[in-house]
Amino acid sequence: MAAWFKKEKTPIASVEQKRVKTEGLWTKCESCKQIIWKKDLAANFNVCPKCNFHFKMDARERLKMLFDDGIFFELDSDLATSDPLHFKDIKAYRDRLRDATKATGLKDAIISGDGALGGRPALIQAMEYRFIGGSMGAVVGEKIVRAIEISLQRRCPLIIISVSGGARMMEGAISLMQLARISAGLARLDDARVPFISVLTDPTTGGVTASFAMLGDLNVAEPGALIGFAGPRVIDQTIRQKLPEGFQRSEFLLEHGMLDGIVSRKEMRQFLIRSLDFMMAA
Amino acid sequence: MTNSKEIYEQRENIQDLEEQINELSKINQDEESRQEIERLRARIERVRREVFSKLTPWQKVQMARHPQRPYTLDYIQHCFTDFIEIHGDRKFGDDHAIVCGMARFHGEPVVVVGHQKARDTKQKVFRNFGMPKPEGYRKAIRVMKMAEKFQRPIFTFIDTPGAYPGIDAEERGQAEAIAYNLREMARLRVPIITTITGEGGSGGALAIAVGDIVNMLEYAIYSVISPEGCASIMWRDASRAEEAATALKLTAEDLKAFELIDEILQEPEGGAHTDPLAMARSLDEHLQKDLARLKSLPIEKLLSERYEKYRRMGQFFEKASAAAAHRS
Repeated sequence: MAAWFKKEKTPIASVEQKRVKTEGLWTKCESCKQIIWKKDLAANFNVCPKCNFHFKMDARERLKMLFDDGIFFELDSDLATSDPLHFKDIKAYRDRLRDATKATGLKDAIISGDGALGGRPALIQAMEYRFIGGSMGAVVGEKIVRAIEISLQRRCPLIIISVSGGARMMEGAISLMQLARISAGLARLDDARVPFISVLTDPTTGGVTASFAMLGDLNVAEPGALIGFAGPRVIDQTIRQKLPEGFQRSEFLLEHGMLDGIVSRKEMRQFLIRSLDFMMAA
Repeated sequence: MTNSKEIYEQRENIQDLEEQINELSKINQDEESRQEIERLRARIERVRREVFSKLTPWQKVQMARHPQRPYTLDYIQHCFTDFIEIHGDRKFGDDHAIVCGMARFHGEPVVVVGHQKARDTKQKVFRNFGMPKPEGYRKAIRVMKMAEKFQRPIFTFIDTPGAYPGIDAEERGQAEAIAYNLREMARLRVPIITTITGEGGSGGALAIAVGDIVNMLEYAIYSVISPEGCASIMWRDASRAEEAATALKLTAEDLKAFELIDEILQEPEGGAHTDPLAMARSLDEHLQKDLARLKSLPIEKLLSERYEKYRRMGQFFEKASAAAAHRS
């Protein structure tokens, strides 16, 4: 009898322990609601193995996935905004920046990578959504302008992976002017016939779409990405109409002639290499 | 002074007083009353200066949006001659929120492009409240490229709440239309002179504002987002637009302090709408000066200066060292 009671105690404890262990090992797909083993998800480039839903991906992971052997040099990693407006809403911009840096280890919403792609020197920049919604202020603008100038000088291709809510409100008109600065740089790259490929991921809206993200020699998107100028909420509030099914998704944009193609994450590296093969001398 | 309505009331009071003084001065001709009138006039002038030199950012937003403010077609009428409007983008339609055309500026053939707002309801709808769709931006760049072809300088006038945020605009590529203009304007091989006359509403304004010289009227605003939009996102309350207007630093003074514009053009006391003719005259003088300067530059120099202007603009960061690279 006593032994039977004793036995009961241990399994209770171990069940609790097990529960702690399982937590974080599984995740639910936002799209098909299936439970996926996280290791499977990571091995599949953060794409649901069951329904092909593209989860968000960290900027650094993206760069590792694209560059040869996952190796690249990071450029301008120390640039940080000086908060020129001393902007404060319900929270000070400085505090938002500090929190974002803590969460991401980055100083702003983009990583500039210098490395090789398919054996060819290339610059790839990836935006980071976890840094204030991937918004574009003076630092993102400057890092892109610098990358454009290096591309020009070396005649090496530039690829930008966008994920952004648009221009960063907390830097006011200074953010807005980044659109003009970057576009002026891209005009020079275009004149020099150096390839620029824009990859749009979920979500890319506002001033980022209205500048470099739509100015690629190729503009391609991942499946199901929200892409637009005005966000769906703004449109909804302005016209008070029900938005059509799939409105502003990659497939919708492709149908309306606004994208050159939809490329799934797994095929992205090969797609970029083959496109550059076409654009550049061997 | 807490709101702009008070200012308008104050201004109307001043006007009433002025009329009364004028009436009085017609009747009374003795020395004493003349002196009294002079004193009153001086006082009005002081009060008026006080009111308008202390406008808050939110009051300037109201001035920039004032329904009687001169619009692009008003400036075309007063500063240019022989205007011939050019319609349509040759792809989809004609957008009435942007007007384009050939004109003469002091005899010289030029191209004019600008946003167009309107004053009565029917016209407002016709002009879509000055909010262009993709076809507007495509018309604008088409006409600007024609200016380049025939080596004619371009004048642009900016006054829009923003690019139209609607289903049809998105379907036809609002973002692409704006992006394309930004890139193409940066390399147009003719002088471009831009004036922000009213509301500089974000990308929808910038899409025709990539000038060699960018001027801004004293009470115009230029912002990445409307104060209302900013308030509803940051405070989740659009009624806090007044605070947002201050936080966004969107006045001509702010833009000048950040070196995002070249010059602030003084408006007649009380704003451009109180004396559109005087406004047009002083604008005209500035435009002549600007054009003369840009025309004196060889084209390659003009283009490199334009690139450098935007290259230098909006650099606000700490620890700027290009050499810092580390292995990831």
